[in-house]
Amino acid sequence: MSKLQEKRKSSESGSNIKVSPARQQEMNKGPMKSVFEVENLNLWYGSNQALYEISMQIPQNQVTAIIGPSGCGKSTYLKALNRMVEMVPSVKTSGTIKYNDQNIYKDKLTVEYLRTKVGMVFQKPNPFPKSVYDNVAYGPRVHGIKKRAILDQIVEKSLKDAAIWDELKDRLNENAYSLSGGQQQRVCIARALAVEPDVILMDEPTSALDPISTLKVEELVQELKKKYSIVIVTHNMQQAARISDNTAFFLNGELIEYADTNKLFQNPDDKRTEDYITGRFG
Amino acid sequence: MDQLLNNEGKELNVQTLIEDKRKNRMTGNIIEKIIPVFLFLCASVSILTTFGIVFTLLRESIGFFSDTSLVEFYTGSSWSPWSGEFGVLPLIGGTLLITVVAAVVAVPIGLMSAIFLSEYADDRVRRVIKPILEVLAGIPTVVYGYFALTFVTPILQSFIPGLGIFNALSAGIVVGVMIIPMIASLSEDAMNAVPNSLREGAYGLGSTKLEVVIKVVLPAAFSGIVASIVLAVSRAIGETMIVTIAAGATPNLTMDPTESVQSMTAFIVQAATGDTSFGSDIYYSLYAVGMTLFILTLVMNLIAQYISHRFREEY
Repeated sequence: MSKLQEKRKSSESGSNIKVSPARQQEMNKGPMKSVFEVENLNLWYGSNQALYEISMQIPQNQVTAIIGPSGCGKSTYLKALNRMVEMVPSVKTSGTIKYNDQNIYKDKLTVEYLRTKVGMVFQKPNPFPKSVYDNVAYGPRVHGIKKRAILDQIVEKSLKDAAIWDELKDRLNENAYSLSGGQQQRVCIARALAVEPDVILMDEPTSALDPISTLKVEELVQELKKKYSIVIVTHNMQQAARISDNTAFFLNGELIEYADTNKLFQNPDDKRTEDYITGRFG
Repeated sequence: MDQLLNNEGKELNVQTLIEDKRKNRMTGNIIEKIIPVFLFLCASVSILTTFGIVFTLLRESIGFFSDTSLVEFYTGSSWSPWSGEFGVLPLIGGTLLITVVAAVVAVPIGLMSAIFLSEYADDRVRRVIKPILEVLAGIPTVVYGYFALTFVTPILQSFIPGLGIFNALSAGIVVGVMIIPMIASLSEDAMNAVPNSLREGAYGLGSTKLEVVIKVVLPAAFSGIVASIVLAVSRAIGETMIVTIAAGATPNLTMDPTESVQSMTAFIVQAATGDTSFGSDIYYSLYAVGMTLFILTLVMNLIAQYISHRFREEY
């Protein structure tokens, strides 16, 4: 039985809060170091406010899930963390977001540098129309790594970390679009890993995938948190329960509740959280 | 449930109404059958015209080539039809010289405009610039011709001493200006068709805007861009008024754009508007030159189609 299945079982097994031994160990380490500290974040698209006074710390080497109904601002929040939200020209923000104690809006931290530290995996697999190799090597190349021998190693390591090396090692020169959707998404994950970021933001990474590919990506997330901090937006509450350590519930642009995943799903403080996770709306 | 009532208060039943109307619809069915035939006839007009033109070109050219051999026509380097010399190379050379000058002007400017419009300009700027580009495309070529002769040539003469009134450079530059909107607009369409998710992917890895454009958008739009260039170039090959007015009428096999040249199209104008007698060698040579021109642009169009299929990056 895989770790994930175990976890799935434990998360479905009723009301008593169970903490896995590994989790217990983590908790005993004392206060977690956080990679992101968000304080009083407000965000507007033109005159529509999309986020209200969000304050939230994102711990290192853990999986943080963000759940909530459509339009609740969870993707917007995720994209604010690596400033991808600014692709929409009318966006305005207030408040602070600190990445490793550095304010991400201060000029010293360029947006390009931030994004090499904070990688992103998107909702729909979006490989470039290039070979698998060129896809994974894109990030290192953009940042000036040109030596083939080094790139070869980076590509191999990233594809291994994304658990897709064995499937693709003989197909590195094929166009990434010839792969299945699930493989494409893992190539996109490998592409994000190739620049060795600290944090990986995942915006509903499995919503366009079949159940088996979804399982593979979920298992991968469990592996990746050893090296990376992961923030994952998901529509799927079971998924959040299965793979995350902490869960934040967003509603109408507000952070309603943010807690340990087991606690949030089994004993939420807020009535609205309870209504949402029990399927009364959303 | 409410009952449907007609004006006189009688009960209505939708199914009976449909039954009544069905009788009238019988004539409708005939129209349904005639319409596709009519539409097919309309579509056939352009196909038939094409075949007609090709047929005429071929028939008259064959008449020409019974007097002048193919080899003489396509290898001869002297074109003076009034003294019986039919070597078409100077005309092809003139056409190509002007086309090259035009491409040198139009490809960089058109491409950069497309990149600016698609990737950099905000909506407001785009809404102003695009219609202006389209106006540029709508200017009659005879106006461009006089623009070349009376505006561009004098300016060029102040830079290049000894430049004649009629020269390939001025004509080529203005033909280039004429095809800029075509390259800009079609290339912009190709770049716009690149899905935003690819740009996001590249930005997400810490690319700058320029890196996104050069390493992701341009390669993804490559086939469309090349197709737009090839189409624009074939337009330049067939361009007539500008070269007739500004490049002169001196068949001249040269690579020097400051000299006066005659393009294939300009010769056709010269011969077709002069007092060429029906059935003379010059009359038939028109068709041979026209045929050559047709093959050249046909080949360009085939290349464009091949490239846009072969290098299509599917996304």
